[in-house]
Amino acid sequence: MQNWKQRLGFWTLRTSALLVLAVLIFLLGDIILKGGGVIDLEFLSSPPRQGMTAGGIFPAIAGTLYLSLITALVAVPLGVMGGIYLSEYASQGKLTRLIRMSIRNLAGVPSIVFGMFGVAIFVNYFGFGLSLLSAGLTLGIMTLPVTITASEEALKSVPDSYRQGALALGATRWQMIRTCILPPAVPGMLTGSILGLARAAGETAPILFTGAAFLHPHLPDSPFSQFMALPYHLYILATQHHDISRVRPIAYGTALVLIILVLILNIGAIILREKLSRRYRR
Amino acid sequence: MDYKFRDNLIEKFFLLNGIVVIFILLGIFLILLSNSLPAISSVGVSEFLTSARWNPTAYSGDNQYGILAKIVSTLMVTFGSMLIAVPLGVAAAAYLSEVASSSVRSILKPALEILASIPSVVIGFLAIVVFGPLIAETFNLPHGLNAVNGSIALAIMSLPTIISLSEDAMSSVPTEYRKASLGLGANRWQTLTRVTIPSSLSGIFAAVMLGMGRAIGETMAVLMATGNAPRMPGSFFDSVQTMTATIAIELGEVPYYTEHYHALFVIGLVLFIMTFMVNLASDIILHRYRRGE
Repeated sequence: MQNWKQRLGFWTLRTSALLVLAVLIFLLGDIILKGGGVIDLEFLSSPPRQGMTAGGIFPAIAGTLYLSLITALVAVPLGVMGGIYLSEYASQGKLTRLIRMSIRNLAGVPSIVFGMFGVAIFVNYFGFGLSLLSAGLTLGIMTLPVTITASEEALKSVPDSYRQGALALGATRWQMIRTCILPPAVPGMLTGSILGLARAAGETAPILFTGAAFLHPHLPDSPFSQFMALPYHLYILATQHHDISRVRPIAYGTALVLIILVLILNIGAIILREKLSRRYRR
Repeated sequence: MDYKFRDNLIEKFFLLNGIVVIFILLGIFLILLSNSLPAISSVGVSEFLTSARWNPTAYSGDNQYGILAKIVSTLMVTFGSMLIAVPLGVAAAAYLSEVASSSVRSILKPALEILASIPSVVIGFLAIVVFGPLIAETFNLPHGLNAVNGSIALAIMSLPTIISLSEDAMSSVPTEYRKASLGLGANRWQTLTRVTIPSSLSGIFAAVMLGMGRAIGETMAVLMATGNAPRMPGSFFDSVQTMTATIAIELGEVPYYTEHYHALFVIGLVLFIMTFMVNLASDIILHRYRRGE
């Protein structure tokens, strides 16, 4: 009787796990099957034509890359410096607890609220307008909790003997961090930052009202210009276009390109992590 | 310049970088609040929270700003998504933590990471092109863009969070507990349901809260899946418009600094407070639970 219960119970658990896996395969499969045929060199390298019913998505790909660059310029340096503070300087006190709590809560703030923050601060208050800069700063702030946490963890994984050795040789704290702690932590920081950037690259809500454009066939020529982005382009093609059925194949192609981009970043980060953890073990 | 002085200066610089996060979080709250105040003072808190009529561009000029229907819609799709994601997620987590062999785990764990990395706009797109028609056909509806569809989309989005955090909670139950239970003659199923899950319950609860916070604040997937009918929902088969979807649709169109613009910030403020509470609750539970170990 008990054995029968156990078998049924474990069967239920296994089915649940496999169901989640099946959902993933089904979703990816649908997009790969229907989007795969759309993607060719022309799709990747030409702007939309004939009211988006033909042509490619090159400006959206380029826009997402530009945007990610600005996001990285904001989130990575600030994240690394915040991580250095938390790992190397912060003492166990109220202030540190408050900082950690803020990081965790900031990570839970809805992405659309970051978008509103971006509109109020960057677009209106600082007067950057609807631009690559406003959107990039918004995404950068959104990604900050990820880069700080990743940097802190990377620094924490450097053995304490490195610190003690450097200090014993007469290094000041900053010399110790700069020469002995940062270099071995860089790969870990990089991995975490790439994962954060991958998430940011796929975000739509924060760029909806900070600078993403419906159609902007030329590449942005300055940080103050509007831009096209892959996730926003997919949203437009799926819901806002007047001839939804005719642009559907292009929407599938856009979705596939977006997923591939995000997966390349993710898999790159994971490979980097594996490679480096192996080097550490040696 | 002497070394000590310079080192102190550098330390202050990094401290500043740590504090930035507090300022950003506080800044977000203050900006939502200050941009909400003009609308709150002209419309009144009670109309916002008790009226279900949202009509910010009425012809007669008699604009209405009730957000109750949006709050209800948000809670509805969130509840629906948890109905799917909690049992499925906890079961999958239990499988990963207690049953699966390491080779199965090495397939499932990366699969979860991939699922977590799929952008929400892609899930929303699939909600339109795949789930929508499926739901319409199954329940014999004219279209499938409704609260059920939104719940499914949100469930998919919160599953990775719920699974990986619940699994962490279950695997951090000391092995001695399991060994003691097995030693007393319980089988693995009894050990799981009467020892492992009860002792990791607070961690599982925290995981569910975090998944819920994510679901409340999720924008693109619900925006695309739910059909956006801005009225009080009657059932799960009605089209609904959540708080996030309203902001996403209207903030891009509205002229800056109008009553409508400020009213959208009121929705943002309510949304921020709701997610903040849920996240804080999960944070407190998680940390009490970690200290308890």
